[in-house]
Amino acid sequence: MHATFAFLGELGDAIHFIFVKQTSRGGAEVGGTQLLPLLREHVLITVVAVAAASAIALPLGTWLGHTGRGSFLVISVTNAGRAVPSIGVVFLFFAALGAGFFNITLALVLLAIPPILLNAYTGVRGVDPDTVDAARGMGLTGTQILSRVELPLALPLIFGGVKTSTVNVLATATLGPAAGVVTLGDPIINPSSYGDAGRLGAAIVVAVLAVAAEVGLSAVQRALTPEGIKLAEAAPRQRGLRLAVPKRRIASAS
Amino acid sequence: MSIRRIIPALAAVLALALVLAACGSDDNSSSSSAPSTSSSSAATGAAIKKDSANGKVTLTVGSKNFTEQKVLGEIYAQAFQAAGYNVKKALNLGDEQTALKALKGGQISGYPEYTGTALLSFLNVPAAKLPTDPGEAYDQVKAGMAKQGIEAFPPTPFTSSNEVGLLKKKADQLGVTKISDLKSKASSLTLYGSPECRTRRDCLLGLEQVYGLKFKKFVPVDIAQRHEVLTSGQADVSIVFTTDPQIKRNDEVLLQDDKNMFPPYNSTFLMKTSTAQKAGPDLPKVIAAVNKNLTADVMQELNARVDLDKDTPQQAAQAYLKQFKLISS
Amino acid sequence: MTLDSTLVLAQSEGGFFRNRASGVDKCVETNGFCPSWIVHHLDRYTTPFEQHLVLVVVSVGLGFLVAFALALLAHRRRWLVAPVTQITGILYTIPSLAAFFILLPITGRGRTTAIIALTAYTLLILFRNIVDGLDGVPAEARDAGRGMGLTERQLLWRVELPLALPAIMAGLRIAATTTVGLAALAFYAGAGGLGEPMEADKAFDSNVVAAGGLCVVMAVALDGLLLLTQRLLTPWTRARAA
Repeated sequence: MHATFAFLGELGDAIHFIFVKQTSRGGAEVGGTQLLPLLREHVLITVVAVAAASAIALPLGTWLGHTGRGSFLVISVTNAGRAVPSIGVVFLFFAALGAGFFNITLALVLLAIPPILLNAYTGVRGVDPDTVDAARGMGLTGTQILSRVELPLALPLIFGGVKTSTVNVLATATLGPAAGVVTLGDPIINPSSYGDAGRLGAAIVVAVLAVAAEVGLSAVQRALTPEGIKLAEAAPRQRGLRLAVPKRRIASAS
Repeated sequence: MSIRRIIPALAAVLALALVLAACGSDDNSSSSSAPSTSSSSAATGAAIKKDSANGKVTLTVGSKNFTEQKVLGEIYAQAFQAAGYNVKKALNLGDEQTALKALKGGQISGYPEYTGTALLSFLNVPAAKLPTDPGEAYDQVKAGMAKQGIEAFPPTPFTSSNEVGLLKKKADQLGVTKISDLKSKASSLTLYGSPECRTRRDCLLGLEQVYGLKFKKFVPVDIAQRHEVLTSGQADVSIVFTTDPQIKRNDEVLLQDDKNMFPPYNSTFLMKTSTAQKAGPDLPKVIAAVNKNLTADVMQELNARVDLDKDTPQQAAQAYLKQFKLISS
Repeated sequence: MTLDSTLVLAQSEGGFFRNRASGVDKCVETNGFCPSWIVHHLDRYTTPFEQHLVLVVVSVGLGFLVAFALALLAHRRRWLVAPVTQITGILYTIPSLAAFFILLPITGRGRTTAIIALTAYTLLILFRNIVDGLDGVPAEARDAGRGMGLTERQLLWRVELPLALPAIMAGLRIAATTTVGLAALAFYAGAGGLGEPMEADKAFDSNVVAAGGLCVVMAVALDGLLLLTQRLLTPWTRARAA
């Protein structure tokens, strides 16, 4: 009972920290609006890293999916991405290149590539071959098939990869302060100026931010899904049909 | 496809097992096991004698999160273990407030603190009243912490203060030897320090208040980078520690604290008075024996072993205890 | 540098102070990538490796038990699938580092906190894969089973689960490999693991590569072991693949 009250008290302090600027032990201003620069840095590094990773992985993944080649590369990259700890990549770049926004962004780009690559590949690859044949029969060239048939159909899955990467990078950006980039992870990694309330408060903000990103991007993903696919996806459970969709769950990152 | 995937995986497991077995059986002093407590230290003339009565007492030794602290924590942990105590370690806790909280909350039994840090962070002694004599500093800490139910054991000979450091060539270029020399020059200099430096009176906050320094820019970096930023040219000035081995190696200079902003920083082992009483008469003896040889030169050597030679704090601590015949070799 | 002269300097034998002017390993001095250093110092990663392995095995094991129970419940009560997926999805999305410190006031610093957070992370992957695996069982197989007179429970354990095994194992493999990566953060919660030595000297290339490399080795080994288990448990898939 006492422990519960103690926890609620700490929670209250943490919420207070999030919304109200306060003076820390040593006289610095922390909390409240002072969290905004941390938030900005956190979101900025995430956006830059995912954008750069997309610029690399989307063309590569969709092309490989379209031509059907390079599955070994995609699978290897995906497995490597899962096996290598993200903190390891961040510290490796820190050790090799030193601290700083750019250096750590490079590390995050590397971490962001695998889910985008995998989903771009499986998305394009997984388009119903009959549809592709029909398109070919209609006289569309390879590039036209890719741009007018495969990409639109694969868009939800591709975006799912971007979504997964974003949430992963957002989470890893919490480590930024350990590598010299002051993100929302600062009260967690360097709690001395912020105190316990600050640390819990920042943890809550990071968690909420991640969930918000996931929910928001999922909504975008749904908006990108053509009506036909939505109906088809809803069908299997009711009618026992299996379409080209299910492999996603196991093989892809969404 | 299945065979091709299994064989590399099994090979990896086998290789790992072999390598771990090979290195684990390495019998030089780099093994990670703690010194044996079952040997009779009296026979080999070690200063710390094991008393099995101490086995009933469990001591959790903590430390803050930089090299010197981890080494000190290891030294005390291994010394207590040699004396027969049941020892647990919780090193790398964080800053001094986190450590004090863990001490008061009972998560740790004790940890090595610095007299200066205690004066500034725990007892909030105003700048004007800070003692300059190490003995005086310790007395104040002992009295002040006793009021909080914490015993501060007699300190080490070495003092390791925060220092304002620059590369020698930069210092010569600026023509500075004392901190107050920076007054006119600070506005064109960048200072790098730990993240909490800005709010500490023995760091940037104090430099601003006592010396009136206004730096062009302050950049927070991990404590472990405090010398790196000087050698890479990113920092003009960095906050370093007196016992850092990198000072000699990088040819750095420490500016003289002419306004006595920094109090003495001898290491004193803090423990709740109740825990200390339960630990019996051996405890203060072990601490005193350990402290006797912790001079500035020795502490710097131990830091060098970890920071420069890449020994583990455990290895450095063990080397110290064996060198000064505190535990048996 | 002040020495308190009232405290006597004990006699230090010669040889304690190392000569660093000569004989210094250039590679180590510059914090570089030194394979020979790694090979000679692997023993310092043994304890962290063991701690790490325990964290992963316990978390994935617990996660599997919980996810399996939930999946069995949801198998017959389809309305449960959506809410469980939502909740485990939120647990999956919350970054582990944040989770450690949200749990800290409740469960304290140490292994328990890390295991709870890591277990929570595995639930979505495992639940989804077990449910999908069971859903993927062909209707004909179920019909045949029922036709043979099997009860619902026998149907589950003798027909559905074995056929769902590939999907379940796939989920376990993904959960295991991702948990290895996440457990590298566990030292922030005071639970040790390979992240601890990594962070202790994060500026030293060799150290980061060694600790990170051992994580990869662990992930690959666990993945291979699970794959082997799958092959052993589902001999009929081997026949099909061959």
